[in-house]
Amino acid sequence: MSLASPIDRRSFLRVSSIAGGGLLLGAWLDFGTNGVLEAQAADIGTHTAGDFSPNAFIRIAPNGAVTIMAKNPEVGQGIKTMLPMLIAEELDVDFSTITIEQAMSDPAKYGTQVAGGSTATPTNWEPLRKAGAAGRQLLIAAAAQTWNVPAAECTTASGVVLHAKSNRQMTYGALTTTAAALPAPDMATVTLKDPKDFRIIGKPMSGVDNQKVVTGQPLFGIDVTVPGMLYATYEKCGVFGGKALSANLDDIKALPGVKNAFILEGGTVLNGLLSGVAILADTWWAAKSARAKLKVTWDEGATAQQSSASFKAKATELFTQAPVRSLRADGDVTAAFASAAKTIEATYEYPFLAHATLEPQNCTASFKDNAIEIWAPTQNPQSGRVLVSKTLGIAEKDIAIHITRSGGGFGRRLNNDYMVEAAMISKVAGVPVKMLWTREDDIKHDFYRPAGFHKLKGAVDASGKVSAWQNHFVTFSNNGTDFVPSADLSPTEFPATSVPNFSVGVSTMPLGVPTGYLRAPGSNALAFVMQSFIDELAHAAKKDPVQFKLDMLAGLPTTAQRGVMVGSRMIGVLEQVAQKSGWGTRKLPKGTGMGVAFHFSHRGYFAEVVEATVTKAGKLTVNKVWAVGDVGSQIINPFGAINQVQGSVLDGISEALAQEITIEGGKTKQNNFNDFPLIRLTQSPVVDVSFRITDNSPTGMGEPALPPVVPALCNAIFAATGKRIRSLPLSKHDLSWT
Amino acid sequence: MPVTFTVNGTSRTVDVPADMPLLWVLRDVLDMKGTKFGCGIAQCGACTVHLNGAPTRSCQIPAAAISGAKVTTIEGLSPDGNHPLQKAWKELDVPQCGYCQAGQLMSAAALLATTPKPTDAQIDAAMNGNLCRCATYTRIRDGIHKAAGNSRSTSSVGGN
Repeated sequence: MSLASPIDRRSFLRVSSIAGGGLLLGAWLDFGTNGVLEAQAADIGTHTAGDFSPNAFIRIAPNGAVTIMAKNPEVGQGIKTMLPMLIAEELDVDFSTITIEQAMSDPAKYGTQVAGGSTATPTNWEPLRKAGAAGRQLLIAAAAQTWNVPAAECTTASGVVLHAKSNRQMTYGALTTTAAALPAPDMATVTLKDPKDFRIIGKPMSGVDNQKVVTGQPLFGIDVTVPGMLYATYEKCGVFGGKALSANLDDIKALPGVKNAFILEGGTVLNGLLSGVAILADTWWAAKSARAKLKVTWDEGATAQQSSASFKAKATELFTQAPVRSLRADGDVTAAFASAAKTIEATYEYPFLAHATLEPQNCTASFKDNAIEIWAPTQNPQSGRVLVSKTLGIAEKDIAIHITRSGGGFGRRLNNDYMVEAAMISKVAGVPVKMLWTREDDIKHDFYRPAGFHKLKGAVDASGKVSAWQNHFVTFSNNGTDFVPSADLSPTEFPATSVPNFSVGVSTMPLGVPTGYLRAPGSNALAFVMQSFIDELAHAAKKDPVQFKLDMLAGLPTTAQRGVMVGSRMIGVLEQVAQKSGWGTRKLPKGTGMGVAFHFSHRGYFAEVVEATVTKAGKLTVNKVWAVGDVGSQIINPFGAINQVQGSVLDGISEALAQEITIEGGKTKQNNFNDFPLIRLTQSPVVDVSFRITDNSPTGMGEPALPPVVPALCNAIFAATGKRIRSLPLSKHDLSWT
Repeated sequence: MPVTFTVNGTSRTVDVPADMPLLWVLRDVLDMKGTKFGCGIAQCGACTVHLNGAPTRSCQIPAAAISGAKVTTIEGLSPDGNHPLQKAWKELDVPQCGYCQAGQLMSAAALLATTPKPTDAQIDAAMNGNLCRCATYTRIRDGIHKAAGNSRSTSSVGGN
């Protein structure tokens, strides 16, 4: 099925027969007229209606077999299970008997196919249910016509249309031919179930690929095999953006198993194709073994002058001056500081972080006759297609991309650098290529969560309320105006709008290190800074941190505004997590403390409490975490939702405990999991998860539970030891106490 | 060099460089993709297989060392995917991305083979070498207890 005109986006479903007599429902779903998205949905930018037309999600065979397409990349967030649940619910089929098929990258057919920004739930919640409901409506119409009864007298149950009055029933499969001949329903007439009638939505569903996962069947990008392919490794300059000038290619080509070796010139855009040396062999081990003997002369370029130490020195220098420009200024901070009951100052900083997806970056590509077929573990296949098209000089229509399951994403695979590498290597070599990075490649060539520096000054008035807040943020920009990816600070970031006298300014320094979006980007660092400093202010005011934070939230808007939280929703989760954790009601031994924090991101409201113990010698144990979230009216798949909260919380603890990427001489110092450690089983506390159900459209789960746990942990350490944590990771701090 | 060993009960002979790790013999020579590559330095456990019954990081075992060995991979953990651990993993929805889970299951299966009713401390000792980037540790622990038939609350999987 193809769409003749891309502007044909009327709100109706078109039904057409496909080979084999199946029923194919292609949905044209106009986003602009759905009216279901809250104002917060504007966070992701203006959504053009064309993004969702046409869609083709349902296939019903005459034998009754139902196939539902999973449109988005599965990276562990459970979307391959969750989105089909929406369709199956309204189509009214038995979820355990349907086949779920991963869609290829085809935005014209499926709309936006991205795993990012926790956007899949809010953007698909209504359209995909409508896609299912429209299918059910057509099948009912087909049965009603067959029996010559009113459609309103017909009902459905798990793939069967029923007419109770005459005690007749037909399976969906028996109705495909009739249904395919019916006119498309007007989407405005397609009604959705009352949520109280949900039989699939809201039930814990185990992941649809779990049988394959637990039996080791090929699923991931790294598992792809293409006939005639060679295995490739690709060595880039350790200094970001450095150029390969020459290499001992003849020596390399003579090594066992090696079939080819060549230099790719590459460009200067950090998320495009960068210069390096490709080695192709008949096994990956042979390619990797040959690489150990590779000698390259590099032109390292200007980034070789940059280091974490130089960034810190520059930030310290910038802190002695006024911010270069203002991001927001409310009231009069100078006057407020002058009249404050108490004023405190502190400098916070956080390091670069890698994503370290457990499946190293890889891609398989087969270039032939100016067209290419690609198998990629990617979070954003379409941006990969654009990159490959531009870099290889081939048309986007000649690029086919299979979306494989990804062994973790966390934002790393929003960049498709590894895809364009594999594509270009295949083009130059003239053979299908499976390119696989080593773990060291992955740690050293990431798009890092950027480091950042904040110089804060805050004041409380005589009543113990925050009266002034001033932040000088030092971050990265290469032109002084545009922040490098994920290095910005929104003027609406809390406690903006909560504090009457509020001033945030920014100074920047250049950066040649690639940066990008790490799970809950921005928030994963900013929550640490803001919620820790608020804790400092609470103690300065001699107030209970929960009550102090509730007081700060009381002045926030009560209706949704772009990028600004609704105060009552955060108050709700904060009160609930205080109650669940027994905040203020339990007597804890010395060395054990509880910390609290909240954060609004990706439309989700999370408040979390950490209980931690620090021994006198300084050994930290995270005992337990309580997390309460408000993501709206419906938890679609409780298994997936709780998994995401538990995983996000432990991910945040993992980042805080010991993770740091250090830049030296323009290169990443760390290598592998020995010096970039991930949290392990014995470090992982129980995470008690609960949701506060509110009358808001459901929003995403992949990210918003992460940010609060970092400051909640640091605040717990303060409560346990009296030591205030103002830089990460914790492994660099002496936590011992007497 | 030619090497003959047994994989999941079948005798196989491969002609590979002596230093090629068992991991790559399995994945790229025998086309068994279940065993995963994560780090190459025995830090993550994604490549865990049973070598003569013992949980082993296959990225560290050169082909030259496996002659005559009995290797069990995730593909051979059970004939039909119904090992108690595999069933528990599905029932509790343990996997998120799933990439580490073959290694987790092989480490857990080796634990249960010697310690049918493990305590939390025994689970800690057996499983701490297996990284999960998605941090599914709570359910991994619950899954082992469930497969072992331990009476233990799975309160961490619930919420309200």
